[in-house]
Amino acid sequence: MLSRPRLKHLIVLSLMTVLGACATRPPEGAPPGEVFDPYENTNRGIHKFNLGVDRFLFRPASKGYVKIVPDPMVTSFNHFAENLTMPGQALDYLLQGNVKQSGNALLRFVVNTTVGGLGLSDPADELNLPPVDTDFGETLHVWGVGEGAYVELPFYGPSTQRDAIGVVVNLFSNPINFTPVRPVDNIGVYAEVVRRMGDRGRFSDTVDSILYESADSYAQAQTIFIQNRRFELARDDEDAYLGLYDDPYADIGTDPVRDPYLDPYEDPYAE
Amino acid sequence: MPNNNLNRRGFIATGLAGAMLTALPAFAQTEASAKALVVSVVDDINRVIASGKSEKAMIRDFEKIFVQYADVPIMARYVLGADGRSASPSQIKQFTSAFQGYISNKYGRRFREFIGGQVTVRNARKIKAGYEVRTSVKLQGSSPFEVTFLVSDKSGRDKFFNMFIEGVNMLLTERTEIGAMLDARGGDLNRLIKDMKKNRVS
Repeated sequence: MLSRPRLKHLIVLSLMTVLGACATRPPEGAPPGEVFDPYENTNRGIHKFNLGVDRFLFRPASKGYVKIVPDPMVTSFNHFAENLTMPGQALDYLLQGNVKQSGNALLRFVVNTTVGGLGLSDPADELNLPPVDTDFGETLHVWGVGEGAYVELPFYGPSTQRDAIGVVVNLFSNPINFTPVRPVDNIGVYAEVVRRMGDRGRFSDTVDSILYESADSYAQAQTIFIQNRRFELARDDEDAYLGLYDDPYADIGTDPVRDPYLDPYEDPYAE
Repeated sequence: MPNNNLNRRGFIATGLAGAMLTALPAFAQTEASAKALVVSVVDDINRVIASGKSEKAMIRDFEKIFVQYADVPIMARYVLGADGRSASPSQIKQFTSAFQGYISNKYGRRFREFIGGQVTVRNARKIKAGYEVRTSVKLQGSSPFEVTFLVSDKSGRDKFFNMFIEGVNMLLTERTEIGAMLDARGGDLNRLIKDMKKNRVS
């Protein structure tokens, strides 16, 4: 019997190049706000490819999806996809040594799968269970693995070397894939694609403005991704968080136009 | 001698009391006023969104709010970054006004997505340049996300000078974008100002 190529294998193949280069790390003493992007040329090529995929496939499909499918159902599918990731998140929290959040993820899974009708609704949220949101990239971060270089992954989008490993590991690590009652092969991956379509469709104006209306969509996608990812990982560390703040007044002084405030009585007729 | 001592002690005590009197209320006021500023911004924006006006009119209203509550000159200057160092005062002035229209237009068009959203001011704390005010925004059908305002009185009044949406720094992101726009014009700031002004919806 011939085994048909599975989605996972395709994604793994496309990630091989990235993983091969994992030994690279940003030079010591690089400013924290900066992005380490030694593969910019390759990344820009992949970005161009991703833009094409979005323009001709993903964007129209997503816009159609949120147009045809009623909004509450899109929300339901989002919940469903999210719920499927819970056992995997529980495992990641466990690997991070966060037993409490691991339990919360499992509790969410149990509540939403039963009371929430296979995860199509989110009663756990209404019960105010603490939110959970992690992945193997964060586990690596907790273990002390550095961010590595910025990479843009085909079909997937902005990432880092560390997070790319996380994406691949999470494809395999979800315990759902090992249960005997698993309904469909790769159901988590399909659900995730549908969830991404829902987000792409719902926030299409915002995403369009980044991808198609900016002067350099590669640079915009990169800086937005990196900033958001670092914020997520620093969330519990108040000091690291403060380090994200640049003080424009320290850079420039309080007088940006040399002094708009120094002379409030400036005579406009003098000019 | 005793007189001198007493005087000195008296002097220090009065000085301390004076310092406390001025320092304490000022501290409390700034933290509270930083929060109050954010509440006013949110209220004003919500009022515009609820007004049901045309997009053009809303963007004009948003520009007024932006000028009233934000330290636009410092933001514009920061966004220009290193390119601003060689700019003349008049160029910076013109860029500031172009930037003001550009931001109002760009972000004003996004506000439709915030209809029915709820903003809760969570806390404020001191940072180097002023205060950080954290808010939580809940939109329909998505989990709450964090929007943080940085407020300073260095312009002479409480004004916000930066905003973070889930950690994404507005000024830094715009600095990248404006830099790319400048590169696309061969670094010609005057051309950039002209193009930014042309794009204005008003």
